[in-house]
Amino acid sequence: MDAAIEVEHLSKRFGATLALDDVSLEVDSGRVLALLGPNGAGKTTLVRVLTTLLQPDSGRARVAGFDIGKDDKTIRTMIGLAGQYATVDELLTGRENLELVGLLYHLDKREYERRAQEALERMTLIGAGDKPVKTYSGGMRRRLDLAASLIGRPPILFLDEPTTGLDPRTRNDLWALIEELVAEGTTVLLTTQYMEEAEHLANRIVVMDGGHVVAEGTADELKDHLGGNVLEVRVADRNDLEKAVALIASLVSAVPRLDLDLNQISAPIKGGAKVLIAAGRALDDGGIDVEDLGIRRPSLDDVFLSLTGHTTASGGDGTPSASGPAHD
Amino acid sequence: MTDLAGKRLPTRAAPLTIGLAIRDMKGITKRNLLRIIRTPQLLFMTLVQPTIILLLFRYVLGGAIHVPGVDYVNYVVPGIFLEAVLIGGMTTALALATDLQAGMIDRFRSLPMARSAFLAGRTIADLCRAVLALVFIICLGLLVGFRFHNSFGSCLAGVALIIGFGYAFTWVYAAIGLAVKDPQTAQMTSILPMFILFFASSALVPVKTMPGWLQPFADNQPASVTINSVRALFEGGPVYHDLWQAVLWCIAIFVVFLVISLNLYRRATA
Repeated sequence: MDAAIEVEHLSKRFGATLALDDVSLEVDSGRVLALLGPNGAGKTTLVRVLTTLLQPDSGRARVAGFDIGKDDKTIRTMIGLAGQYATVDELLTGRENLELVGLLYHLDKREYERRAQEALERMTLIGAGDKPVKTYSGGMRRRLDLAASLIGRPPILFLDEPTTGLDPRTRNDLWALIEELVAEGTTVLLTTQYMEEAEHLANRIVVMDGGHVVAEGTADELKDHLGGNVLEVRVADRNDLEKAVALIASLVSAVPRLDLDLNQISAPIKGGAKVLIAAGRALDDGGIDVEDLGIRRPSLDDVFLSLTGHTTASGGDGTPSASGPAHD
Repeated sequence: MTDLAGKRLPTRAAPLTIGLAIRDMKGITKRNLLRIIRTPQLLFMTLVQPTIILLLFRYVLGGAIHVPGVDYVNYVVPGIFLEAVLIGGMTTALALATDLQAGMIDRFRSLPMARSAFLAGRTIADLCRAVLALVFIICLGLLVGFRFHNSFGSCLAGVALIIGFGYAFTWVYAAIGLAVKDPQTAQMTSILPMFILFFASSALVPVKTMPGWLQPFADNQPASVTINSVRALFEGGPVYHDLWQAVLWCIAIFVVFLVISLNLYRRATA
Protein backbone atom coordinates (compact mmCIF):
# COMPACT_ATOMS: atom_id res chain seq x y z
CA MET A 1 0.00 0.00 0.00
CA ASP A 2 1.45 3.38 -0.98
CA ALA A 3 1.54 6.38 1.30
CA ALA A 4 -0.86 9.25 0.52
CA ILE A 5 0.86 11.55 3.00
CA GLU A 6 4.51 11.34 4.09
CA VAL A 7 6.01 13.73 6.63
CA GLU A 8 9.69 13.64 7.49
CA HIS A 9 11.32 15.69 10.25
CA LEU A 10 9.05 18.67 9.79
CA SER A 11 9.69 21.74 11.96
CA LYS A 12 8.04 25.14 12.15
CA ARG A 13 8.76 27.94 14.58
CA PHE A 14 6.59 30.99 15.40
CA GLY A 15 8.73 33.40 17.36
CA ALA A 16 9.67 31.65 20.58
CA THR A 17 7.24 28.77 20.08
CA LEU A 18 8.28 25.62 18.28
CA ALA A 19 4.87 24.74 16.80
CA LEU A 20 6.20 21.65 15.03
CA ASP A 21 9.26 19.93 16.39
CA ASP A 22 10.74 17.24 14.14
CA VAL A 23 7.42 15.66 13.24
CA SER A 24 7.41 12.51 11.10
CA LEU A 25 4.40 10.43 10.12
CA GLU A 26 2.79 8.55 7.28
CA VAL A 27 -0.78 7.96 6.15
CA ASP A 28 -1.45 5.02 3.88
CA SER A 29 -3.71 5.55 0.91
CA GLY A 30 -7.38 5.01 1.78
CA ARG A 31 -6.80 5.05 5.54
CA VAL A 32 -7.73 7.46 8.32
CA LEU A 33 -5.16 9.00 10.61
CA ALA A 34 -6.19 11.03 13.64
CA LEU A 35 -3.89 13.67 15.08
CA LEU A 36 -4.84 13.77 18.73
CA GLY A 37 -3.78 16.50 21.11
CA PRO A 38 -4.83 19.57 23.05
CA ASN A 39 -4.89 23.16 21.73
CA GLY A 40 -1.38 24.27 20.93
CA ALA A 41 -0.13 20.75 20.23
CA GLY A 42 0.72 21.69 16.64
CA LYS A 43 -2.08 19.78 14.91
CA THR A 44 -3.47 22.72 12.96
CA THR A 45 0.02 23.93 12.05
CA LEU A 46 0.72 20.51 10.53
CA VAL A 47 -2.55 20.59 8.59
CA ARG A 48 -1.72 24.09 7.33
CA VAL A 49 1.66 22.90 6.08
CA LEU A 50 0.16 19.86 4.36
CA THR A 51 -2.55 21.94 2.67
CA THR A 52 0.10 24.36 1.25
CA LEU A 53 -1.08 27.26 3.45
CA LEU A 54 2.15 27.49 5.43
CA GLN A 55 5.79 26.90 4.53
CA PRO A 56 7.72 24.73 7.00
CA ASP A 57 11.13 25.86 8.29
CA SER A 58 12.73 22.47 7.70
CA GLY A 59 11.87 18.91 6.84
CA ARG A 60 10.03 17.32 3.97
CA ALA A 61 6.43 16.49 3.24
CA ARG A 62 4.79 14.73 0.32
CA VAL A 63 1.06 14.72 -0.41
CA ALA A 64 -0.26 12.34 -3.08
CA GLY A 65 3.36 11.80 -4.07
CA PHE A 66 4.06 15.50 -4.68
CA ASP A 67 6.44 17.66 -2.69
CA ILE A 68 5.17 20.44 -0.47
CA GLY A 69 6.90 23.66 -1.52
CA LYS A 70 7.58 22.38 -5.06
CA ASP A 71 4.32 21.04 -6.46
CA ASP A 72 1.86 23.05 -4.39
CA LYS A 73 -0.36 23.77 -7.39
CA THR A 74 -0.74 20.08 -8.15
CA ILE A 75 -1.30 19.22 -4.51
CA ARG A 76 -4.16 21.75 -4.34
CA THR A 77 -6.03 19.79 -7.02
CA MET A 78 -5.73 16.61 -4.90
CA ILE A 79 -6.84 17.83 -1.49
CA GLY A 80 -9.93 19.06 0.31
CA LEU A 81 -9.83 21.07 3.52
CA ALA A 82 -12.65 21.43 6.04
CA GLY A 83 -12.92 22.18 9.69
CA GLN A 84 -12.79 24.87 12.27
CA TYR A 85 -10.67 27.33 10.28
CA ALA A 86 -11.58 26.74 6.66
CA THR A 87 -15.04 28.08 6.25
CA VAL A 88 -17.99 29.00 4.09
CA ASP A 89 -19.36 32.43 3.18
CA GLU A 90 -22.12 33.57 5.53
CA LEU A 91 -23.81 35.92 3.06
CA LEU A 92 -23.91 33.43 0.20
CA THR A 93 -26.42 30.59 0.00
CA GLY A 94 -25.23 27.02 0.47
CA ARG A 95 -25.52 26.41 -3.25
CA GLU A 96 -23.63 29.61 -4.17
CA ASN A 97 -20.81 28.57 -1.84
CA LEU A 98 -20.53 25.12 -3.40
CA GLU A 99 -20.73 26.41 -6.96
CA LEU A 100 -18.02 28.99 -6.29
CA VAL A 101 -15.69 26.32 -4.92
CA GLY A 102 -16.49 24.13 -7.95
CA LEU A 103 -15.66 26.99 -10.32
CA LEU A 104 -12.37 27.55 -8.51
CA TYR A 105 -11.54 23.84 -8.93
CA HIS A 106 -11.88 24.70 -12.65
CA LEU A 107 -14.88 22.49 -13.32
CA ASP A 108 -17.13 23.61 -16.12
CA LYS A 109 -20.44 25.24 -15.22
CA ARG A 110 -22.66 22.24 -15.87
CA GLU A 111 -20.41 19.98 -13.85
CA TYR A 112 -20.16 22.22 -10.79
CA GLU A 113 -23.89 22.89 -10.80
CA ARG A 114 -24.52 19.13 -10.88
CA ARG A 115 -22.01 18.43 -8.12
CA ALA A 116 -23.36 21.22 -5.92
CA GLN A 117 -26.84 19.75 -6.25
CA GLU A 118 -25.51 16.25 -5.47
CA ALA A 119 -23.58 17.48 -2.46
CA LEU A 120 -26.58 19.36 -1.05
CA GLU A 121 -28.65 16.17 -1.36
CA ARG A 122 -26.01 14.04 0.22
CA MET A 123 -25.48 16.40 3.16
CA THR A 124 -29.30 16.67 3.62
CA LEU A 125 -29.12 20.40 3.00
CA ILE A 126 -31.37 20.42 -0.03
CA GLY A 127 -34.14 22.36 1.74
CA ALA A 128 -31.72 25.02 2.90
CA GLY A 129 -29.61 25.10 -0.26
CA ASP A 130 -30.92 28.45 -1.44
CA LYS A 131 -30.93 30.16 1.93
CA PRO A 132 -28.00 32.28 3.14
CA VAL A 133 -25.54 30.38 5.32
CA LYS A 134 -25.99 32.83 8.19
CA THR A 135 -29.40 31.23 8.78
CA TYR A 136 -27.80 27.76 9.18
CA SER A 137 -27.28 25.92 12.46
CA GLY A 138 -23.79 24.90 13.56
CA GLY A 139 -24.27 21.35 12.30
CA MET A 140 -25.57 22.50 8.91
CA ARG A 141 -22.57 24.79 8.52
CA ARG A 142 -20.15 21.95 9.19
CA ARG A 143 -21.95 19.75 6.69
CA LEU A 144 -21.79 22.50 4.07
CA ASP A 145 -18.12 23.03 4.89
CA LEU A 146 -17.51 19.31 4.39
CA ALA A 147 -19.52 19.40 1.15
CA ALA A 148 -17.40 22.31 -0.11
CA SER A 149 -14.22 20.35 0.51
CA LEU A 150 -15.65 17.45 -1.53
CA ILE A 151 -16.74 19.36 -4.64
CA GLY A 152 -13.40 18.76 -6.36
CA ARG A 153 -13.61 15.03 -5.43
CA PRO A 154 -10.21 15.13 -3.78
CA PRO A 155 -8.59 11.76 -3.02
CA ILE A 156 -7.13 13.22 0.19
CA LEU A 157 -9.18 15.06 2.78
CA PHE A 158 -7.97 17.17 5.72
CA LEU A 159 -10.49 17.68 8.50
CA ASP A 160 -9.37 20.11 11.17
CA GLU A 161 -11.39 19.45 14.33
CA PRO A 162 -14.46 18.59 12.27
CA THR A 163 -16.83 18.22 15.23
CA THR A 164 -15.49 20.68 17.83
CA GLY A 165 -18.41 22.52 19.40
CA LEU A 166 -21.14 20.27 17.97
CA ASP A 167 -23.79 18.53 20.04
CA PRO A 168 -23.52 14.72 20.27
CA ARG A 169 -26.28 13.97 17.76
CA THR A 170 -24.91 16.30 15.10
CA ARG A 171 -21.46 14.91 15.77
CA ASN A 172 -22.68 11.36 15.17
CA ASP A 173 -24.26 12.43 11.86
CA LEU A 174 -20.98 13.95 10.76
CA TRP A 175 -19.07 10.84 11.81
CA ALA A 176 -21.37 8.72 9.65
CA LEU A 177 -20.68 10.99 6.66
CA ILE A 178 -16.94 10.78 7.18
CA GLU A 179 -17.16 6.99 7.44
CA GLU A 180 -19.01 6.90 4.12
CA LEU A 181 -16.25 8.88 2.44
CA VAL A 182 -13.63 6.55 3.82
CA ALA A 183 -15.58 3.55 2.56
CA GLU A 184 -15.37 5.12 -0.90
CA GLY A 185 -11.59 5.21 -0.74
CA THR A 186 -10.78 8.72 0.47
CA THR A 187 -7.65 9.14 2.56
CA VAL A 188 -8.42 11.24 5.63
CA LEU A 189 -6.17 13.09 8.02
CA LEU A 190 -8.21 14.56 10.87
CA THR A 191 -7.28 16.47 13.97
CA THR A 192 -9.23 16.15 17.17
CA GLN A 193 -9.13 16.86 20.87
CA TYR A 194 -11.54 14.03 21.54
CA MET A 195 -10.30 10.53 22.33
CA GLU A 196 -13.67 9.15 21.41
CA GLU A 197 -13.52 10.69 17.95
CA ALA A 198 -10.04 9.37 17.24
CA GLU A 199 -11.04 5.92 18.43
CA HIS A 200 -14.26 5.94 16.43
CA LEU A 201 -12.96 7.16 13.08
CA ALA A 202 -9.26 6.46 12.77
CA ASN A 203 -7.23 3.40 11.82
CA ARG A 204 -4.17 4.95 13.38
CA ILE A 205 -3.69 7.65 15.97
CA VAL A 206 -0.76 10.01 16.33
CA VAL A 207 -0.65 11.70 19.72
CA MET A 208 0.84 15.20 19.62
CA ASP A 209 1.81 17.51 22.44
CA GLY A 210 3.80 20.74 22.39
CA GLY A 211 4.75 20.27 18.73
CA HIS A 212 6.07 16.72 19.22
CA VAL A 213 4.73 13.36 18.23
CA VAL A 214 4.57 11.59 21.60
CA ALA A 215 3.06 8.28 20.50
CA GLU A 216 1.68 6.52 17.47
CA GLY A 217 -0.37 3.40 16.93
CA THR A 218 -3.85 1.94 16.82
CA ALA A 219 -6.17 2.69 19.71
CA ASP A 220 -5.49 -0.80 21.10
CA GLU A 221 -1.73 -0.43 20.76
CA LEU A 222 -1.85 2.84 22.62
CA LYS A 223 -3.93 1.28 25.37
CA ASP A 224 -1.50 -1.64 25.63
CA HIS A 225 1.18 0.97 26.16
CA LEU A 226 -0.24 1.32 29.66
CA GLY A 227 0.21 -2.42 30.04
CA GLY A 228 -2.75 -3.17 32.24
CA ASN A 229 -5.92 -1.88 33.79
CA VAL A 230 -7.10 1.15 35.65
CA LEU A 231 -8.24 1.06 39.25
CA GLU A 232 -11.08 3.42 40.04
CA VAL A 233 -12.27 4.48 43.50
CA ARG A 234 -15.10 6.85 44.33
CA VAL A 235 -15.44 8.04 47.91
CA ALA A 236 -18.63 9.27 49.54
CA ASP A 237 -17.06 12.05 51.59
CA ARG A 238 -14.86 14.59 49.92
CA ASN A 239 -12.80 15.05 53.09
CA ASP A 240 -11.62 11.44 52.77
CA LEU A 241 -10.20 12.07 49.32
CA GLU A 242 -6.70 13.05 50.41
CA LYS A 243 -6.35 10.08 52.72
CA ALA A 244 -7.67 7.72 50.04
CA VAL A 245 -5.17 9.03 47.47
CA ALA A 246 -2.32 8.36 49.90
CA LEU A 247 -3.57 4.81 50.48
CA ILE A 248 -3.95 4.08 46.74
CA ALA A 249 -0.57 5.62 45.97
CA SER A 250 1.09 3.16 48.33
CA LEU A 251 -0.41 0.26 46.33
CA VAL A 252 0.36 1.34 42.75
CA SER A 253 3.50 2.43 40.95
CA ALA A 254 2.09 5.43 39.09
CA VAL A 255 0.73 8.68 40.53
CA PRO A 256 -3.06 8.41 40.97
CA ARG A 257 -5.22 10.86 39.07
CA LEU A 258 -7.85 12.85 40.89
CA ASP A 259 -11.27 13.95 39.69
CA LEU A 260 -12.54 16.48 42.21
CA ASP A 261 -15.98 16.79 40.63
CA LEU A 262 -16.72 13.10 41.02
CA ASN A 263 -14.66 12.49 44.20
CA GLN A 264 -12.92 9.87 42.11
CA ILE A 265 -9.39 8.50 42.06
CA SER A 266 -8.00 6.48 39.17
CA ALA A 267 -4.62 4.84 38.78
CA PRO A 268 -3.05 2.51 36.23
CA ILE A 269 -2.28 -0.90 37.72
CA LYS A 270 -0.33 -3.90 36.50
CA GLY A 271 -2.26 -6.68 38.24
CA GLY A 272 -5.98 -7.32 38.42
CA ALA A 273 -8.20 -8.65 41.21
CA LYS A 274 -5.38 -8.82 43.72
CA VAL A 275 -4.82 -5.08 43.64
CA LEU A 276 -8.54 -4.50 43.78
CA ILE A 277 -8.88 -6.61 46.95
CA ALA A 278 -5.83 -4.98 48.52
CA ALA A 279 -7.24 -1.54 47.75
CA GLY A 280 -10.62 -2.48 49.20
CA ARG A 281 -9.04 -3.76 52.40
CA ALA A 282 -6.76 -0.73 52.79
CA LEU A 283 -9.62 1.75 52.28
CA ASP A 284 -11.86 -0.17 54.68
CA ASP A 285 -9.11 -0.34 57.33
CA GLY A 286 -8.62 3.40 56.91
CA GLY A 287 -12.28 3.95 57.73
CA ILE A 288 -13.11 5.51 54.37
CA ASP A 289 -16.67 5.33 53.09
CA VAL A 290 -16.22 3.92 49.57
CA GLU A 291 -19.08 4.51 47.16
CA ASP A 292 -17.67 2.64 44.20
CA LEU A 293 -14.61 0.50 43.54
CA GLY A 294 -13.62 -1.27 40.34
CA ILE A 295 -11.23 -2.12 37.55
CA ARG A 296 -11.66 -1.06 33.91
CA ARG A 297 -9.72 -1.13 30.65
CA PRO A 298 -7.78 2.11 30.14
CA SER A 299 -9.35 4.79 27.94
CA LEU A 300 -7.33 6.84 25.48
CA ASP A 301 -7.60 9.63 28.05
CA ASP A 302 -5.58 7.52 30.48
CA VAL A 303 -3.04 6.88 27.74
CA PHE A 304 -2.78 10.56 26.93
CA LEU A 305 -2.31 11.40 30.58
CA SER A 306 0.46 8.88 31.04
CA LEU A 307 2.20 10.05 27.85
CA THR A 308 2.03 13.78 28.37
CA GLY A 309 1.39 14.33 32.07
CA HIS A 310 -1.89 16.10 31.44
CA THR A 311 -5.34 15.35 30.08
CA THR A 312 -6.73 16.29 26.69
CA ALA A 313 -9.53 18.31 28.22
CA SER A 314 -7.17 20.78 29.86
CA GLY A 315 -6.99 22.77 26.62
CA GLY A 316 -4.45 25.53 26.11
CA ASP A 317 -3.33 25.44 29.74
CA GLY A 318 -2.41 21.81 29.30
CA THR A 319 0.82 22.44 27.46
CA PRO A 320 3.35 23.35 30.11
CA SER A 321 6.17 22.54 27.70
CA ALA A 322 5.08 25.17 25.18
CA SER A 323 6.17 28.71 25.90
CA GLY A 324 4.49 31.73 24.39
CA PRO A 325 1.14 31.92 22.63
CA ALA A 326 -0.39 28.85 21.06
CA HIS A 327 -0.41 29.06 17.28
CA ASP A 328 -2.90 26.33 16.88
CA MET B 1 -23.61 9.30 -5.98
CA THR B 2 -21.08 6.84 -4.70
CA ASP B 3 -18.40 8.45 -6.82
CA LEU B 4 -18.42 11.74 -4.91
CA ALA B 5 -15.03 10.91 -3.51
CA GLY B 6 -13.97 8.71 -6.43
CA LYS B 7 -10.25 8.23 -6.53
CA ARG B 8 -8.14 9.94 -9.12
CA LEU B 9 -4.70 9.01 -10.30
CA PRO B 10 -2.12 11.58 -9.31
CA THR B 11 -1.04 13.58 -12.33
CA ARG B 12 0.68 16.93 -12.38
CA ALA B 13 -1.86 19.75 -12.60
CA ALA B 14 -2.41 21.47 -15.92
CA PRO B 15 -0.75 24.89 -15.90
CA LEU B 16 -2.98 27.82 -15.05
CA THR B 17 -3.83 29.68 -18.21
CA ILE B 18 -4.73 33.37 -18.37
CA GLY B 19 -8.24 32.28 -19.35
CA LEU B 20 -8.63 30.21 -16.18
CA ALA B 21 -7.22 33.02 -14.04
CA ILE B 22 -9.76 35.45 -15.51
CA ARG B 23 -12.54 32.93 -14.90
CA ASP B 24 -11.41 32.60 -11.25
CA MET B 25 -11.37 36.38 -10.95
CA LYS B 26 -14.91 36.64 -12.32
CA GLY B 27 -16.10 34.05 -9.81
CA ILE B 28 -14.53 35.94 -6.90
CA THR B 29 -15.85 39.29 -8.21
CA LYS B 30 -19.36 37.86 -8.38
CA ARG B 31 -19.06 36.56 -4.81
CA ASN B 32 -17.92 39.98 -3.56
CA LEU B 33 -20.63 41.84 -5.48
CA LEU B 34 -23.24 39.55 -3.92
CA ARG B 35 -21.77 40.36 -0.51
CA ILE B 36 -21.95 44.11 -1.24
CA ILE B 37 -25.56 43.85 -2.41
CA ARG B 38 -26.51 41.75 0.63
CA THR B 39 -25.10 44.26 3.13
CA PRO B 40 -26.93 47.41 1.92
CA GLN B 41 -26.43 49.05 5.32
CA LEU B 42 -22.66 49.12 4.72
CA LEU B 43 -23.14 50.54 1.22
CA PHE B 44 -25.51 53.12 2.68
CA MET B 45 -22.99 54.25 5.32
CA THR B 46 -20.31 54.80 2.69
CA LEU B 47 -22.74 57.15 0.92
CA VAL B 48 -23.86 58.99 4.05
CA GLN B 49 -20.36 60.15 4.97
CA PRO B 50 -19.55 62.09 1.75
CA THR B 51 -23.13 63.41 1.71
CA ILE B 52 -22.57 64.99 5.13
CA ILE B 53 -19.20 66.44 4.09
CA LEU B 54 -20.75 67.82 0.91
CA LEU B 55 -23.68 69.50 2.69
CA LEU B 56 -21.39 70.76 5.46
CA PHE B 57 -19.00 72.51 3.11
CA ARG B 58 -21.68 73.67 0.71
CA TYR B 59 -24.11 75.16 3.22
CA VAL B 60 -22.52 75.44 6.69
CA LEU B 61 -18.87 76.37 6.18
CA GLY B 62 -18.88 77.27 2.48
CA GLY B 63 -20.26 80.74 3.02
CA ALA B 64 -17.22 81.72 5.10
CA ILE B 65 -14.63 80.40 2.60
CA HIS B 66 -13.70 82.54 -0.37
CA VAL B 67 -11.52 81.18 -3.10
CA PRO B 68 -10.48 83.88 -5.57
CA GLY B 69 -11.64 83.42 -9.13
CA VAL B 70 -14.05 80.53 -8.62
CA ASP B 71 -17.45 79.80 -7.14
CA TYR B 72 -16.78 77.82 -3.89
CA VAL B 73 -19.28 75.10 -4.79
CA ASN B 74 -17.32 74.42 -7.98
CA TYR B 75 -14.07 74.53 -6.02
CA VAL B 76 -15.04 72.07 -3.26
CA VAL B 77 -17.26 69.52 -4.99
CA PRO B 78 -14.59 67.79 -7.15
CA GLY B 79 -12.59 67.07 -3.98
CA ILE B 80 -15.64 65.54 -2.37
CA PHE B 81 -16.11 63.31 -5.44
CA LEU B 82 -12.66 61.92 -4.71
CA GLU B 83 -13.44 61.58 -1.00
CA ALA B 84 -16.59 59.61 -1.79
CA VAL B 85 -14.48 57.09 -3.68
CA LEU B 86 -11.76 56.94 -1.00
CA ILE B 87 -14.11 56.46 1.96
CA GLY B 88 -15.77 53.52 0.22
CA GLY B 89 -12.37 51.96 -0.23
CA MET B 90 -12.18 51.44 3.51
CA THR B 91 -14.60 48.56 3.05
CA THR B 92 -11.87 46.78 1.07
CA ALA B 93 -9.66 46.66 4.17
CA LEU B 94 -12.63 45.63 6.30
CA ALA B 95 -13.70 42.87 3.89
CA LEU B 96 -10.21 41.37 3.56
CA ALA B 97 -9.59 41.37 7.32
CA THR B 98 -12.99 39.73 7.80
CA ASP B 99 -12.23 37.05 5.20
CA LEU B 100 -8.86 36.41 6.80
CA GLN B 101 -10.28 36.07 10.29
CA ALA B 102 -13.22 33.91 9.24
CA GLY B 103 -10.97 31.46 7.38
CA MET B 104 -12.28 32.26 3.89
CA ILE B 105 -8.77 33.09 2.73
CA ASP B 106 -7.54 29.69 3.96
CA ARG B 107 -10.29 28.05 1.96
CA PHE B 108 -9.41 29.95 -1.22
CA ARG B 109 -5.67 29.46 -0.80
CA SER B 110 -6.11 25.70 -0.48
CA LEU B 111 -7.96 25.58 -3.84
CA PRO B 112 -6.21 25.21 -7.20
CA MET B 113 -7.38 28.70 -8.25
CA ALA B 114 -5.06 31.46 -9.47
CA ARG B 115 -3.80 33.21 -6.35
CA SER B 116 -3.81 36.68 -7.91
CA ALA B 117 -7.49 36.21 -8.82
CA PHE B 118 -8.62 36.55 -5.22
CA LEU B 119 -7.32 40.11 -4.76
CA ALA B 120 -8.17 41.12 -8.30
CA GLY B 121 -11.76 39.95 -7.73
CA ARG B 122 -11.89 41.87 -4.47
CA THR B 123 -10.66 45.18 -5.92
CA ILE B 124 -12.80 44.95 -9.05
CA ALA B 125 -15.96 44.40 -7.00
CA ASP B 126 -14.96 47.40 -4.87
CA LEU B 127 -14.35 49.41 -8.03
CA CYS B 128 -17.95 48.72 -9.09
CA ARG B 129 -19.12 49.96 -5.71
CA ALA B 130 -16.91 53.07 -6.04
CA VAL B 131 -18.42 53.92 -9.44
CA LEU B 132 -21.88 53.61 -7.93
CA ALA B 133 -20.90 55.95 -5.07
CA LEU B 134 -19.41 58.41 -7.54
CA VAL B 135 -22.56 58.50 -9.66
CA PHE B 136 -24.59 59.15 -6.52
CA ILE B 137 -22.38 61.98 -5.26
CA ILE B 138 -22.16 63.60 -8.74
CA CYS B 139 -25.96 63.71 -8.86
CA LEU B 140 -26.02 65.20 -5.37
CA GLY B 141 -23.34 67.73 -6.39
CA LEU B 142 -25.40 68.83 -9.38
CA LEU B 143 -28.41 69.15 -7.09
CA VAL B 144 -26.63 71.58 -4.75
CA GLY B 145 -25.37 73.80 -7.54
CA PHE B 146 -22.17 72.27 -8.88
CA ARG B 147 -21.76 72.59 -12.67
CA PHE B 148 -19.38 71.08 -15.24
CA HIS B 149 -18.01 73.92 -17.42
CA ASN B 150 -15.54 72.18 -19.72
CA SER B 151 -16.06 69.98 -22.77
CA PHE B 152 -17.74 66.58 -22.32
CA GLY B 153 -14.47 64.79 -23.11
CA SER B 154 -12.49 66.72 -20.47
CA CYS B 155 -15.14 66.16 -17.81
CA LEU B 156 -15.19 62.45 -18.63
CA ALA B 157 -11.38 62.40 -18.29
CA GLY B 158 -11.77 64.03 -14.87
CA VAL B 159 -14.23 61.35 -13.75
CA ALA B 160 -11.91 58.66 -15.13
CA LEU B 161 -9.01 60.13 -13.14
CA ILE B 162 -11.05 59.99 -9.92
CA ILE B 163 -11.91 56.35 -10.62
CA GLY B 164 -8.28 55.55 -11.46
CA PHE B 165 -7.05 57.15 -8.25
CA GLY B 166 -9.73 55.31 -6.28
CA TYR B 167 -8.76 51.97 -7.80
CA ALA B 168 -5.05 52.50 -7.14
CA PHE B 169 -5.91 53.38 -3.56
CA THR B 170 -8.00 50.21 -3.16
CA TRP B 171 -4.68 48.34 -3.16
CA VAL B 172 -3.47 50.45 -0.23
CA TYR B 173 -6.58 49.37 1.68
CA ALA B 174 -6.06 45.77 0.57
CA ALA B 175 -2.55 45.82 2.04
CA ILE B 176 -3.88 47.37 5.27
CA GLY B 177 -6.61 44.72 5.60
CA LEU B 178 -4.19 41.84 5.06
CA ALA B 179 -1.55 43.34 7.34
CA VAL B 180 -3.65 44.19 10.41
CA LYS B 181 -5.85 41.04 10.13
CA ASP B 182 -8.56 42.29 12.47
CA PRO B 183 -11.72 43.88 11.01
CA GLN B 184 -12.06 46.62 13.67
CA THR B 185 -8.39 47.59 13.50
CA ALA B 186 -8.53 47.49 9.70
CA GLN B 187 -11.37 49.99 9.70
CA MET B 188 -9.66 52.33 12.16
CA THR B 189 -6.30 52.09 10.42
CA SER B 190 -7.68 52.89 6.99
CA ILE B 191 -9.36 56.09 8.21
CA LEU B 192 -5.91 57.56 8.84
CA PRO B 193 -4.44 57.82 5.30
CA MET B 194 -7.82 58.98 4.02
CA PHE B 195 -8.03 61.82 6.57
CA ILE B 196 -4.45 62.98 6.07
CA LEU B 197 -4.70 62.93 2.29
CA PHE B 198 -8.14 64.54 2.15
CA PHE B 199 -7.87 67.25 4.81
CA ALA B 200 -4.22 68.22 4.26
CA SER B 201 -4.90 68.81 0.57
CA SER B 202 -6.29 71.37 -1.80
CA ALA B 203 -9.71 69.67 -1.58
CA LEU B 204 -11.42 72.08 0.83
CA VAL B 205 -9.29 75.25 0.89
CA PRO B 206 -6.39 76.55 -1.23
CA VAL B 207 -3.02 75.29 0.02
CA LYS B 208 -1.73 78.92 0.17
CA THR B 209 -3.94 79.56 3.21
CA MET B 210 -2.17 76.78 5.19
CA PRO B 211 0.89 77.28 7.44
CA GLY B 212 4.22 77.33 5.61
CA TRP B 213 5.49 74.03 6.98
CA LEU B 214 2.42 72.18 5.71
CA GLN B 215 2.41 73.67 2.21
CA PRO B 216 5.14 71.55 0.58
CA PHE B 217 3.33 68.37 1.63
CA ALA B 218 -0.16 69.64 0.83
CA ASP B 219 0.97 70.93 -2.56
CA ASN B 220 2.58 67.75 -3.80
CA GLN B 221 0.74 64.86 -2.17
CA PRO B 222 -1.24 62.59 -4.50
CA ALA B 223 -4.76 63.67 -3.50
CA SER B 224 -3.94 67.37 -4.09
CA VAL B 225 -2.47 66.94 -7.54
CA THR B 226 -5.34 64.66 -8.48
CA ILE B 227 -7.97 67.10 -7.22
CA ASN B 228 -6.20 70.02 -8.94
CA SER B 229 -6.22 68.23 -12.28
CA VAL B 230 -9.82 67.04 -11.87
CA ARG B 231 -10.86 70.61 -11.07
CA ALA B 232 -9.03 71.90 -14.13
CA LEU B 233 -10.61 69.19 -16.28
CA PHE B 234 -14.09 70.18 -15.04
CA GLU B 235 -13.57 73.97 -15.02
CA GLY B 236 -11.13 74.51 -17.87
CA GLY B 237 -7.66 76.02 -17.51
CA PRO B 238 -4.08 74.71 -17.45
CA VAL B 239 -4.04 71.03 -16.49
CA TYR B 240 -0.96 69.26 -17.81
CA HIS B 241 1.50 69.77 -14.97
CA ASP B 242 -0.86 68.38 -12.33
CA LEU B 243 -2.27 65.73 -14.63
CA TRP B 244 0.96 63.91 -15.37
CA GLN B 245 1.88 64.06 -11.68
CA ALA B 246 -1.51 62.61 -10.75
CA VAL B 247 -1.22 59.82 -13.28
CA LEU B 248 2.30 58.97 -12.09
CA TRP B 249 1.08 58.87 -8.48
CA CYS B 250 -1.76 56.53 -9.45
CA ILE B 251 0.58 54.16 -11.27
CA ALA B 252 3.16 54.23 -8.46
CA ILE B 253 0.60 53.61 -5.70
CA PHE B 254 -1.02 50.84 -7.74
CA VAL B 255 2.23 48.99 -8.51
CA VAL B 256 3.79 49.29 -5.04
CA PHE B 257 0.69 48.22 -3.13
CA LEU B 258 -0.19 45.49 -5.64
CA VAL B 259 3.17 43.87 -4.94
CA ILE B 260 2.82 44.33 -1.16
CA SER B 261 -0.74 42.97 -1.13
CA LEU B 262 0.08 39.92 -3.24
CA ASN B 263 2.99 39.11 -0.95
CA LEU B 264 0.84 39.48 2.15
CA TYR B 265 -1.82 37.26 0.59
CA ARG B 266 0.67 34.54 -0.31
CA ARG B 267 1.71 34.12 3.32
CA ALA B 268 -1.59 35.13 4.92
CA THR B 269 -2.25 33.59 8.32
CA ALA B 270 -5.20 34.49 10.46
